[in-house]
Amino acid sequence: MTVRDNYLLGVYDDEEKVLDAVDELQRRGFRIEDVFSPFPIHGLDPKLGLKKSRLPRVAFWAGMVGGSSALFMQWYMLAHDWKMDIGGKPFFAAPSFIPVTFELTVLIASLTMVGTYLYVNRLSPAWKVQLADIRQTDDRFVVLVKKPLDDSTLEALRQAFAATGALDTRDTELTILETEIQKGTAVVHAH
Amino acid sequence: MAYENSHRDALILGEKTYGQITDEIIHPIVSKPPMLWWMAFGLSATLAGIGTLAILHTITTGIGAWGLNKTVNWAWDITNFVWWVGIGHAGTLISAVLLLFRQKWRMSINRAAEAMTIFAVICAALFPGIHMGRIWVAFWVLPLPNTHGSLWVNFNSPLLWDVFAISTYFTVSLVFWYTGLIPDFATVRDRVKTKIGKVVYGALSFGWSGSAKMWQRFESVSLILAGVATPLVLSVHTIVSFDFATSVIPGWHTTIFPPYFVAGAIFSGFGMVLTLLIVTRKVLNLQDYITQAHIDAMCYVTLATGLMVGLAYGTEFFTAFYSGNNYETYTFYNRAFGPLAWAYWVMIGCNVITPQFFWFKKVRENMLVVFILSIFVNIGMWFERFVIIVTSLYRDYLPSSWTSYMPTFVELAIYLGTLGIFMTLFLLFARFFPVIAIAEVKSIYKSSSSAARKKTIEANADRIELQPVQVATAANGSTVALESAYHHPDQPTA
Repeated sequence: MTVRDNYLLGVYDDEEKVLDAVDELQRRGFRIEDVFSPFPIHGLDPKLGLKKSRLPRVAFWAGMVGGSSALFMQWYMLAHDWKMDIGGKPFFAAPSFIPVTFELTVLIASLTMVGTYLYVNRLSPAWKVQLADIRQTDDRFVVLVKKPLDDSTLEALRQAFAATGALDTRDTELTILETEIQKGTAVVHAH
Repeated sequence: MAYENSHRDALILGEKTYGQITDEIIHPIVSKPPMLWWMAFGLSATLAGIGTLAILHTITTGIGAWGLNKTVNWAWDITNFVWWVGIGHAGTLISAVLLLFRQKWRMSINRAAEAMTIFAVICAALFPGIHMGRIWVAFWVLPLPNTHGSLWVNFNSPLLWDVFAISTYFTVSLVFWYTGLIPDFATVRDRVKTKIGKVVYGALSFGWSGSAKMWQRFESVSLILAGVATPLVLSVHTIVSFDFATSVIPGWHTTIFPPYFVAGAIFSGFGMVLTLLIVTRKVLNLQDYITQAHIDAMCYVTLATGLMVGLAYGTEFFTAFYSGNNYETYTFYNRAFGPLAWAYWVMIGCNVITPQFFWFKKVRENMLVVFILSIFVNIGMWFERFVIIVTSLYRDYLPSSWTSYMPTFVELAIYLGTLGIFMTLFLLFARFFPVIAIAEVKSIYKSSSSAARKKTIEANADRIELQPVQVATAANGSTVALESAYHHPDQPTA
């Protein structure tokens, strides 16, 4: 789920400045739409109001399904469909079936989780990314706020960026992932 | 921000900017390969070619091209299989287990170690494939409905467990590795100048932008993958050891095999990581990222697992003697003093004696010596598998069936071929992939680099006492120097 909008962005060169800037911008009543960084910034998620990722739950349930299907498959093949006497063991030789059950649990949990991760992040070889700043994967940190409609708010936002040490402020039209960011007040913005 | 013990060694040396970290790590990708790389690549590719010819010869002629006989029906190929799988254990161990334990030193070496894992597992998987003889029916190991009646695969067989274990391990390691690579490919994508580079790295980076939500999900996925990969690593070599332990061959039929194999796998894996990284850090000029602290840590793991392996050898020997079983006792006596005793003592020498040198700081600081010792570890672990497999088989229950075993030229060529394949893939990796996890290294720069630490010390000079200058007075009135000054005065000092 992506959104396209006009944004005003502030470019920083240090993750600690970004953490302070997020606080200050929110204090001045702006809602941060997104932050782009070359590496994960610890402590940023709660400040932005990002909800916890549900990917671990995906992995858990996929693992459950994987493990039980693996056990069912082995029961079906060796104890139901075509019974085989192997070394006089019971047809449903439960301890012998554990290794394959375990491996398939791990396999299906991992693949489902990573598949979901790629899907929700819209990651695929065919996806063309639109960067806010060419150096956001290198050494720049970008803070995104929706571009305010009225000039006085826009000016206040520019001042807020400058006051928090942004190297550069510019406005741009950008397609980003829906952010799920909860905190802060949204400004009246242009469409 | 982050709290660091000032006694820990810095993990990144020198003062760097984030941009500089990017530049230094992706330098090989954006520059032309030197002559040395082409020479190494040519040599590896030639070896791989020879190996491919030998494999083709085996497939077209049959397993008769090898030195196996009806007594020793597993030898060279399974030795190589277990050896390669073992080497393939360090990568996921470093990235998964050390991530769970929050060991920051993993960050400079996990990428290369995971690459090594994947390439080693590819080499390993070749051997059971060609040992089948008729590789074109290899799909029979899969639980597929078939045209030969209603027969299904036998889920009671450890060999089938191996199929699932190795293929799961390969898949999960690959996915784990690639998930970590996506943000770094994006960094490369935004740095390369050539048109083809932009297209290729653009596709490889999957459209990564590095938004806050992406990073949150990235960390979540990494942690869960580490969580599932940790028992997976242990299960894989456990299952490989079941190939032997569930049989009734003297020397194989022991309960110690799973932990013994896992310790051996970590030992050989770290041996190979040391071999590769000592060369890589020098050639690619990455000494600031793969520091002496990293080499030390890897030497410690090698030493610890070497001691475990040594303990397992002793336990095995004692158990054989204590069991009172003639066949078991003879097998072990024959290993140490029989016709193949030289292989046994090479194993003991390389796996038990060699790692003891890692106790010494002087040794760990000499890269040439560490490199040579790591090669010895690799050799020793190869011989361990050879000793376990061949010396258990060639003289078993029936003395009338006793034989010996000699590899043929074809088998040697296949082994050298897998070394070639492994090196070829690793050389390509070192040229076209970011060898160090760029994003992860940047994320610890503030807390674990020597420059950042110096800054913190200077900024807090009045508040923290990093090096106690004056001697403290202990409770009993005597003066104690330096380290003891950290003790609380109420606590008795040694």
